[in-house]
Amino acid sequence: MYVAVKGGEAAIDNAHRLLAEARRGDPAVPELTVAQIRAQMALLVDRVMAEGSLYDPDLAALALKQARGDVVEAVFLVRAYRTTLPRFGASTPVDTGAMAVARRISATFKDLPGGQVLGPTFDYTHRLIDFALAAEGTVEPAAEAEPRDDADTCPRVTDLLTQDGLIEPSPPDDGAPAGDLTREPVDYPADRALRLQALARGDEGFVLGLGYSTQRGYGRTHPFVGEIRVGDVAVEFVPEELGFAVPLGRIRLTECQMVTQFKGSGAAPPQFTRGYGLTFGQSERKAMAMSLVDRALRAEELGEPVTSPAQDQEFVLAHCDSLQATGFVEHLKLPHYVDFQAELELVRRLRAEFFRDSDSMQEAAE
Amino acid sequence: MIRRAILKAIAVPGYQVPFASREMPMPYGWGTGGVQVTAAILGRADVLKVIDQGADDTTNAVSIRRFFARTSGIATTTRTTEATIIQTRHRIPETPLREGQTLVYQVPIPEPLRFLEPRETETRQLHALAEYGAMHVKLYEDISRHGHIATTYAYPVEVAGRYVMDPSPTPKFDNPKMDQSPALQLFGAGRERRIYAVPPYTSVRSLDFEDHPFRVQQFDQPCALCGAEGVYLDEMLLDDAGRRMFVCSDTDHCEGRRADGHVGTGDAV
Repeated sequence: MYVAVKGGEAAIDNAHRLLAEARRGDPAVPELTVAQIRAQMALLVDRVMAEGSLYDPDLAALALKQARGDVVEAVFLVRAYRTTLPRFGASTPVDTGAMAVARRISATFKDLPGGQVLGPTFDYTHRLIDFALAAEGTVEPAAEAEPRDDADTCPRVTDLLTQDGLIEPSPPDDGAPAGDLTREPVDYPADRALRLQALARGDEGFVLGLGYSTQRGYGRTHPFVGEIRVGDVAVEFVPEELGFAVPLGRIRLTECQMVTQFKGSGAAPPQFTRGYGLTFGQSERKAMAMSLVDRALRAEELGEPVTSPAQDQEFVLAHCDSLQATGFVEHLKLPHYVDFQAELELVRRLRAEFFRDSDSMQEAAE
Repeated sequence: MIRRAILKAIAVPGYQVPFASREMPMPYGWGTGGVQVTAAILGRADVLKVIDQGADDTTNAVSIRRFFARTSGIATTTRTTEATIIQTRHRIPETPLREGQTLVYQVPIPEPLRFLEPRETETRQLHALAEYGAMHVKLYEDISRHGHIATTYAYPVEVAGRYVMDPSPTPKFDNPKMDQSPALQLFGAGRERRIYAVPPYTSVRSLDFEDHPFRVQQFDQPCALCGAEGVYLDEMLLDDAGRRMFVCSDTDHCEGRRADGHVGTGDAV
């Protein structure tokens, strides 16, 4: 006879011990260190920091180790930790114009002040598996760059276009504190700062897919990469008791300024518009996709018809978070037998009525 | 911040109060709203019970109960009568609740109109205007298509004659227990960032029509273990020949009855 299942606690403990063993893998293989993950899985660490909304490479590397390399799980660990941290204030805006660039490219101008700097990129690598890497060799040192006169000045392409009035100006800083979607529930319509926050921490795959959809005609924006830059910027903070900015350190960022569809009217001359992307670490895919979606989400503000998913802020903001998405999709594996029982009862009753009715119709026909 | 949202929710029964849900150490969709509400109201003297599908020993209930035992050092119980706070997913205990008890529901989708109108901007307006026609049309369409209202869980209710509310995905069997309950009922939706409440002794009416009155599920047989009738049952598959057995979904209720000497037939059907 049936005996109610007991022992959930023991089962959970055992599952977690098994997980720890599976995480370690074959004990004959040396254990990964957090330093190795941080140094050699740097782009993965960057992604966890970006979607975890917390710039801490060591913590992100540790989370990846704990999560067996599962990105969303690692993001989850970082976010759950982040939410326990006290807030002591907001930094001053970082100046990406003063970035020490490791990479900087423009697709709109062949040459420009500061030059095109390819930097460490997969672009133009031939995607052939390098079996030599399996043999753990040493790497040939990178070439030193030729010094350039203008290496220290690397103005943003959008700033150069602004001088001629060819692109809409960056919205002025009104000094108002930016909202924080981790501290206040989002109220629709959300302003651009909140939308950018959501996109910056949004799932890379989801944002990429949405950005891609705009290129295929679902909210087209005629984008050009004005500029992508990757490098380190200083983070400064103004402590109330000092009244002046003190440096806290440097963080690596990727910024993408997308120059998009121009608009004009009888009153205003035609001007290009902007889409903006910014992420922690080096992630051009994410920053580019983000800038496409940012621009698409400005449709209403720019008087364009809102017809596509990428232009619909409730659709984008409510679904771009990987933790919310994975939690709700995966909750389907929790028991639902009470609700399923309710559905079973109804479907059985409806089927009984269906067969009773069709029997009586048949009898009537005979 | 959460306590303020709870107070507002109690002051406006059935109204969904936005709150800044935080990331919890368990996934969204797994009770983060309930966990935040419970954490906000737990006091040292409280005794916590956590159930999922009516049972205390389902894995997620075990996990949440342990979380609170570990982080707050709170006393826990599996007995409905001993608990001051009961966090639940998908069921209301069979044992009637009393004054002073609080039932905390885990809610996946707090918006009863969500599947009729996906936009938050629209649904908030519909609630503000008490414009619930679409819901009645949906229920009417069920009747015209199937002969019955085809909603069996998360069955919409009207609270205190004003707001239409999602009772969370409890089977509609449990809806009547919400009406005029002496206990405080709090609802937490973490991912959707909403808290709502039904204060004690508040009217909770399941939507229906005069010629199609609201009815709860009926089971043809009593619990096979304790012989209880008029309770919600789980269907257990016993073998691959279609033999099954119906037993209480509320494990505490079933165990209590058996301890009192009630015995079911133990029969499969």
